[in-house]
Amino acid sequence: MQFIAAISLVGLLAPALAEADTLIRAAVLRVDVAGLPPISRLDLAPADLGLAGARLGTEDNATTGSFMGQIFETADFVATPDTAAAALEEALAGGAGFVVILADDATTLALTDLAGDRALILNAGARGDGLRGADCRGNVVHVAPSHAMLADALAQFLAWKKWDSWFLVAGSHPADVDLAQAFRTAATKFGAEIVEERVYEDTGGARRTDTGHVQVQKQMPVFTQGAEDHDILIAADEAGIFAEYLPFQTWDARPVAGSAGLVPRTWHPALEAWGATQFQNRFEAMAGRPMREEDYQAWLAIRIVGEAATRTQSGDPANLREHILSPEFEVAGFKGQKLTIRDWDHQLRQPILLTTGALTVTVSPQDAFLHQVSQLDTLGRDRPETECSFP
Amino acid sequence: MRLAALSLVLLAHPALANKVYITNEKGNDITVLESETLEVIATFPAGNRPRGITISPDGKELYVCASDDDTVRVFETETYTETHTLPSGPDPELFVLHPSGNPLYIANEDDNLVTIVDVQSHRMLAEVPVGVEPEGMAISPDGAFVVNTSETTNMAHFIDTATSQIVANVLVDQRPRYAQFTSDGKLLFVTAEIGGTVAVIDVATKEVVHKIGFEIPGVLPEAIQPVGLKITQDGSRIFVALGPANRVAVIDGTTFEVLDYLLVGQRVWQLAFTPDESLLFTTNGNSNDVSVIDVAAGEVIRSVPVGQQPWGIVVGPD
Repeated sequence: MQFIAAISLVGLLAPALAEADTLIRAAVLRVDVAGLPPISRLDLAPADLGLAGARLGTEDNATTGSFMGQIFETADFVATPDTAAAALEEALAGGAGFVVILADDATTLALTDLAGDRALILNAGARGDGLRGADCRGNVVHVAPSHAMLADALAQFLAWKKWDSWFLVAGSHPADVDLAQAFRTAATKFGAEIVEERVYEDTGGARRTDTGHVQVQKQMPVFTQGAEDHDILIAADEAGIFAEYLPFQTWDARPVAGSAGLVPRTWHPALEAWGATQFQNRFEAMAGRPMREEDYQAWLAIRIVGEAATRTQSGDPANLREHILSPEFEVAGFKGQKLTIRDWDHQLRQPILLTTGALTVTVSPQDAFLHQVSQLDTLGRDRPETECSFP
Repeated sequence: MRLAALSLVLLAHPALANKVYITNEKGNDITVLESETLEVIATFPAGNRPRGITISPDGKELYVCASDDDTVRVFETETYTETHTLPSGPDPELFVLHPSGNPLYIANEDDNLVTIVDVQSHRMLAEVPVGVEPEGMAISPDGAFVVNTSETTNMAHFIDTATSQIVANVLVDQRPRYAQFTSDGKLLFVTAEIGGTVAVIDVATKEVVHKIGFEIPGVLPEAIQPVGLKITQDGSRIFVALGPANRVAVIDGTTFEVLDYLLVGQRVWQLAFTPDESLLFTTNGNSNDVSVIDVAAGEVIRSVPVGQQPWGIVVGPD
């Protein structure tokens, strides 16, 4: 566990305020699951994944706090699924009123229930629709996008392109199944047709070997051979088993989207619009690497706490929580518009970037998709469709 | 129709032609327009990512934030040649010149600092730590306060120019971009890009006394993003650039009611009056042009193509 240097920074900026300062404590808990390395070594997870984003958020909050008489402290925890509960207890015992969690769906739900009313959980990792639906909880705010939001963001763009015949290839892991369902729902919602579906079974075996590309070049065309005529192949591969192998290796000359090719994301290190350049610069100067989605989401989660503290001019977690969950709450996140929280499932509304390896291709919601309340509600589960009723 | 309006303007203001300088953020150059003919008369290189631009009170020196060069470049307005640079601190974006012409107060976006630079000795006088992502800069007409807005902290920081210390912080809506005092120094206006509002701050009490909101039929609320702002000398009218809404709002300076929305080019960013306030120019970042507004008529009379991604604008004095 390590505390970040934000406290000393505040001390430098506003020594006069030291006596009366209010302390706002948060924690960030990342739960790592042992597994295969990613397909591309460019995607290897840095040791401070997510934590670095939270650190920048804490520094940003501390700078603002220096003018408000507020000090922000964020404790870092990295755990395994087995040690996650103990880490959460330690964070809560340390006084954290807000816990940013980067974990899979099941772990996030278990930790949310364990925290109960002792802390507000900010989910910065898990994207399952169940967490926003049947398994929703009142003590969590989902900063990470839902699978439904990501799928809808892609579907809107494909509808605009009139690429409405999809070949869906889904992995066999539970998160893949959830994402694939989100693509099916999105297809119905935006008038696309899934003309063929296949499941890519994860059977283990060699992946990145010195002759890997030779195998891939033979396997992927065969796997995608003979599909119904389609405009685009959509891959649902949250587990990261096969999707990256698909572009340029499909049987038909068709583009790939979803988990590879054109990928919906909350953040991309090449984003320059909406003042993002200076934000990327600040992160890279601090972390020494480009910002990933997990970092952006953790940064945003910590900024949500800071924004509530600034607006309420309070350090009381109950006050901050009330403000965060109120209709008045809004936060800026370098997305060109204010970000707010849906009251029906506590999902943060945000634009979704559709990206390639090097660039942001477009941003959804697409202009043509209108909504009577917020255009951002064209992404993900809207109020009438929600399956969430807070226990 | 356009011609008629234009000749009307020429008739009404036969006095002086002024040079209008526009920084082209992506083109890395400056376009010079002539305010009477509205013709482009020169284009010259300005360093990497030129954004904020201002001019000395005598009109002889042009100051340009070359954001990606981490410096302020100084040009002779007569010859368009660069004479020297000023130490600006990293990533200078916007700045404001003291009414006397010295010093220059610069917002350093990447470093949470306001840098104060002597434009004669070319030396840095002080650095003032402010909120996250400092951007807008304004100075009170008497030179007593400099105000900086910080985009992620969401505050207007009042800096005492005598001591270089922050004396007040006023919380405004999300992403404050630009600030300007009324010429009597009593009110400060701050635009909030993501908040979609303009805060009216009483300078004596340092409190927000009014918030101006915007609503345009057929334009999504999210697209209404107040950025640049200009107030007439008599305080009767306030003009606000609304970014991707592609409009400039015209506001009554007494009631703070929005009177009109003028359709201009795409992603309208900064504004500048001619000295006689007969014309208002807007930089339109996405359509690579400048819209010219006839202030008295409240009409857009011309759009003039300039360089790539026009950002900042200043008009030379008479």
